[in-house]
Amino acid sequence: MLTRLIAVAGALLLLAACSSNPDPAGGPGGPLGPGGPGGPSGPRSGPGSQQDLASTAGDRVFFAYDRAEISPEAQQILRRQSEWLRRYPNVSVTIEGHCDERGTREYNLALGERRAQSVKNVLVALGIPAGRIQTISYGKERPEIPLSDNQSYAQNRRGVTTVN
Amino acid sequence: MTMKNNILGVAGVALTVVVLLLMSLPASAELRIDLLRGKIEPMPIAIPAFAGGGEGGQVGRDLAQVISADLESSGLFRPLDPRSFIQNVAAGEGPRFGDWRQISAQALVTGSVQTQGDGRFRVEFRLWDVFAEQQLAGFAYTTTRQNWRRIAHIIADQIYKRITGEDGYFDTRIVYISESGPAQKRVKRLAMMDQDGANHRYLTDGRALVLTPRFSPSAQEITYLSYAAGTPRVYLFNIDAGRQESIGDFPGMTFAPRFSPDGNRVVLSRSVNGTTNIFVLDLRSRKMSRLTEGSSIDTTPSYSPDGGKIVFNSDRGGSQQLYVMDSGGGGIKRISFGAGKYGTPVWSPRGDLIAFTKIEGGSFYIGVMKPDGSGERLLTRDFLVEGPTWAPNGRVLMYFRQGRSGRGGGSSRLFTIDLTGGNQREVPTPGDASDPAWSPLLR
Repeated sequence: MLTRLIAVAGALLLLAACSSNPDPAGGPGGPLGPGGPGGPSGPRSGPGSQQDLASTAGDRVFFAYDRAEISPEAQQILRRQSEWLRRYPNVSVTIEGHCDERGTREYNLALGERRAQSVKNVLVALGIPAGRIQTISYGKERPEIPLSDNQSYAQNRRGVTTVN
Repeated sequence: MTMKNNILGVAGVALTVVVLLLMSLPASAELRIDLLRGKIEPMPIAIPAFAGGGEGGQVGRDLAQVISADLESSGLFRPLDPRSFIQNVAAGEGPRFGDWRQISAQALVTGSVQTQGDGRFRVEFRLWDVFAEQQLAGFAYTTTRQNWRRIAHIIADQIYKRITGEDGYFDTRIVYISESGPAQKRVKRLAMMDQDGANHRYLTDGRALVLTPRFSPSAQEITYLSYAAGTPRVYLFNIDAGRQESIGDFPGMTFAPRFSPDGNRVVLSRSVNGTTNIFVLDLRSRKMSRLTEGSSIDTTPSYSPDGGKIVFNSDRGGSQQLYVMDSGGGGIKRISFGAGKYGTPVWSPRGDLIAFTKIEGGSFYIGVMKPDGSGERLLTRDFLVEGPTWAPNGRVLMYFRQGRSGRGGGSSRLFTIDLTGGNQREVPTPGDASDPAWSPLLR
């Protein structure tokens, strides 16, 4: 029971952090480590970096269960991202699409791709050239929070904009 | 004594098979197990060490042990404790049936091993009906000593077939994804083993994320998804050569690959601009053709054993459901109609059933249904069970089960279950495991 309270408290802290100032501790999108290339490969800090994007605009948006629609909150974040991208015209990004674990593996790979594309479509509609934006899906393979509760699942259903 | 010669290829090594008939009397009361008859009392069977073989007879004991373990794992046989055996069957000696009836054996296996000058050996076995005092089957195999495990599995398959009337599934391999490390940075490696867990080896080193492997019909190749090139892409792995190659440079993400029953094509999913459809790749021309269209998610395709149809999952109707189409595309019919979501369909090698993963009310299930969607039956339920794969006789399924994360759990293991929903067993793997695929019977 205590572990569960701590887990919930942790998740709430992260939620609070995300809405105002994304937690830079683990690196936005989390270091992907062994298991494949990916994750931000540009400079870690300073203007035009991942940290800059995360603290200025927010580097991620979240999705409802089994859905890929962009919510009003997500729209706001992506608007700020597009402004940031206009400020740094040499920066290109990869949108990572992720899912929670409550789905089958291959369907989640496809859903992650659909989510990444949703984000890309909004950024393109906001004027960013499609050539600056790649997409990749990680399905349910890279949870941000490795816990099996609804708050963690909500954090894992995400589209993360990573600086190339 | 009538003899019949068959040559089986065993990964390029010739295997000579000789049928031994001793007393070819018609069987009166057949010693039989009916696989579909609900809960079955396992048949008591005695499998003493095979006689001979030199080196203190170790190989004879090993053969008997692997055969016993195979038969026991099916849930249909109960190998008796060798310490209870009364007769010590020497090479060439027949059974003293009274001794075996006394310990309540219904079936008896006797065997012998003879080493030959060229380093090969000859393994003979006979299966006996203890109460009818008749031989039911007898074969002799000649092969290299390293093949001894294959011989044990082949013998176990012969015994299984003679008693149940169904083909066995013991002379097979499993390819799966071996997992380690924390959930956010999970290391996944392609791994392969005999179906009883022996001869385990890793095929990739874990540097690239790999998922969802499948055997070719010859079991000589594996197709799977890898992130080695950055974008998720389908690869082919040649087991003998130990080499992998990409299926080709196609824009977008390619994944969920499966071989066609004739081994000439790979059907797969391809995502472009957020839409995922099913395509088929001709392995000789490396040309890719489209099978489905529309802005849905169409994935996890699986061929019927005659190659004429493909079952797949799609959300084209608003939720993740199962559909069947002609293998050339077209004729798409929905076959799942229950509440919840259906995924990972796999067509049985017998053609009579489709197994799937179902998610409903927060639980995961493994189930089967007929190819027209009727007769849906759920076999097991848990927090997360997924990814069924059929044994080649279409009577047993393997899948993986994952625990809840964060409570020292989140571990993932392989399990088998038979079609009645009984005999659920964990499959031994060195670490965590997921995405199993069962090979056909090896040739």
